[in-house]
Amino acid sequence: MSLGTSVALGLLLAQPVQVGSKVFTESVVLGEVATRTLAASGIAAAHRRELGGTRILWDALQRGELDVYPEYTGTLAEEIFAGKVPATLDALRPALASRGVHIAAVLGFADSYALGMKLATAERLGIRRISDLQAHPQLRFAYSNEFLDRADGWRALQRAYALPQTDVRGMDHDLAYRGLTAGAFEVTDLYSTDAEVQLLGLRVLEDDRHHFPDYQAVLLLRQAAATPPVLAALARLDGRISAGDMVAMNARAKVDRVPEATVAADFLRTQGIQTGTPALPGRARRLLGYLRDHLLLVGVSLAGAILVGLPLGILAARRRRLGQAVLAAVGVLQTLPSLALLVLMIPLLGIGARPAIAALFLYGLLPVVRNTHAGLTGISAELQEAAEALGVSRFERLWRIELPLASPSILAGIQTSAVICVGTATLGALVGAGGFGQPILTGIRLDNVGLLLEGAVPAALLALVVQGLFEWLGRLVVPRGLRLLRTP
Amino acid sequence: MTPLVLLDNVSRAFQGIPAVLPLTLAIPEGKTTVLVGPSGSGKSTLLRMMVGLVQPDTGRVLFEGRPLTPERAPAERRRMGLVLQGGGLFPHLSAEDNAGLVARYLGWDRPRIAARLQALLERVQLPATVLGRYPAELSGGQRQRVSLLRALMLEPALLLLDEPLGALDPITRSELQEDLRATFHALGTTVVLVTHDLGEAAYLGDTLVLLREGRVVQSGTAEDLVRRPAEAFVERFVRAQRALLV
Repeated sequence: MSLGTSVALGLLLAQPVQVGSKVFTESVVLGEVATRTLAASGIAAAHRRELGGTRILWDALQRGELDVYPEYTGTLAEEIFAGKVPATLDALRPALASRGVHIAAVLGFADSYALGMKLATAERLGIRRISDLQAHPQLRFAYSNEFLDRADGWRALQRAYALPQTDVRGMDHDLAYRGLTAGAFEVTDLYSTDAEVQLLGLRVLEDDRHHFPDYQAVLLLRQAAATPPVLAALARLDGRISAGDMVAMNARAKVDRVPEATVAADFLRTQGIQTGTPALPGRARRLLGYLRDHLLLVGVSLAGAILVGLPLGILAARRRRLGQAVLAAVGVLQTLPSLALLVLMIPLLGIGARPAIAALFLYGLLPVVRNTHAGLTGISAELQEAAEALGVSRFERLWRIELPLASPSILAGIQTSAVICVGTATLGALVGAGGFGQPILTGIRLDNVGLLLEGAVPAALLALVVQGLFEWLGRLVVPRGLRLLRTP
Repeated sequence: MTPLVLLDNVSRAFQGIPAVLPLTLAIPEGKTTVLVGPSGSGKSTLLRMMVGLVQPDTGRVLFEGRPLTPERAPAERRRMGLVLQGGGLFPHLSAEDNAGLVARYLGWDRPRIAARLQALLERVQLPATVLGRYPAELSGGQRQRVSLLRALMLEPALLLLDEPLGALDPITRSELQEDLRATFHALGTTVVLVTHDLGEAAYLGDTLVLLREGRVVQSGTAEDLVRRPAEAFVERFVRAQRALLV
């Protein structure tokens, strides 16, 4: 082995395997399972959790920012290959290989659309399979609106099984579970591994005519990261997670509010994979970590907005035509929904702090540019003449006279920008930037108000602190003579 | 003797409306020339041409015999002092810093600036305690005195004043008129002053230039204007002002 290769291998080993997960509980649990399994085999691995949707994860995998993430065959066929590749493992393997991706493990369960009934009702009527429904035309159905609309939804199912029922209505997915337990109807659609299956004691009817597309859970692995030890470690998960296991894990995480890392570790122990007890940081440590991430996002983007916005504002004040164009351009940036701006940055800058900083920077630009422009153009005609008549250089005029005169307005612009950044940075968690958005995201996902507040309250407090900081800074930066003017 | 400033066939219009029609005007050295006339007569525009804040559409401005081009204007302005109606003091700087701004820019050391300020304080009749104050802490008359001090800081060859007393009450105004006259005589500097008040013009000026709608109607001493009016407008202007003074 040459020196070069061994150095490259050394670097490769030093870099932890990057495991990603989507922003729903099952994906986060599976991400933990994969990360802990790698670690149990002595391979350094890091879990970048709750990274938004399929596109974000797939693109990150393609760019090499992620090495592993859990995915479903049906999703790959529909969303990545746009229906041009069937949702079977045999068809997907070569299609994925051509994109540099390998299926490292087929986990053993499928999370697909299914029909469910209360166990007691199903027992009483003797229903196990969907085809058993044919004999009970009196049954009432309630489906999620999405299931009613989908091409492979209710209409197709009705044709495939020749179902005779006529009492069918549309309803919100979560409400449907409540209606089912209340006895408002007998059958609803569900995801086969929903936590509610266990929580409410439901029977998932067998899709005996294989109508629903296959949503088998797999672990995707970037081929460039597919070293023999990684392959061997992930292969240990092949076929190890049953639908029942997954339902139980989802229920523990979502209903019992057990941290995903603990859920994953407990499950792996039953499978003979010892990963030790997860070290869960206490609330103070967690908050400190979020604060650090959040301040990094806000600090860097705000510094950038000032460094670019101030000269732009000066330029805009100097040249009227150009000024209008500059103000219009930064104004348009501000009208873009922040979430859209954030997602637009991903193809350019990948996931993590960088796209979030870039988006926040663009977002923070307008207040700085606009207030610099307003502050400079708002200087009275007499003072502008007096400054020009001094006969000093343009820079001296700007530095000694115009910028100090505009300083209250400029500072107010920076303050606005900072407060916007602190608030908007909470969205950064969606692209893996961390910060106070992380517990908010988890809180929404788990319907856990406590967690949500763990992010929302500090973020709001931070905005207040920033506000106060600038009030104080105003007393240092704004010249005394100008403050006299404002308080006559 | 070559005039200190020569406005050579200059004219200027703003957004198509003429402010100054083609005219030639010489400012003699060591004298006080007062541009006088009603609002819109073009007197302030002429003053701004002399300091290069307004460029003429036609003609040229000569300062000490050389054209005052936009390139040369900034350096030449350091040889001119300008006092504006509101004083034009920078509110973020103390009186001292307002006055010493350009001197510091030119690299004067502290003792030199302090000595110069001390000398001028007496000249403009200001107590030394005023130096540390901000414009917001000064009275209207004090502000104009600080503004005059700033204009005189670099010993200008030309002192320009645009309605310097226009915003002051009558008593402060008359005090300042006396101090201005004493200063002009003591320094022997070339002065151009703009006012619409004929009495003030007569009191302060060696030569009066009466303007109307961008033209010079008559120039000469106050006595010339009163006794030998060039046209009916001069009589009317003189009469209107006299009525105020009676």
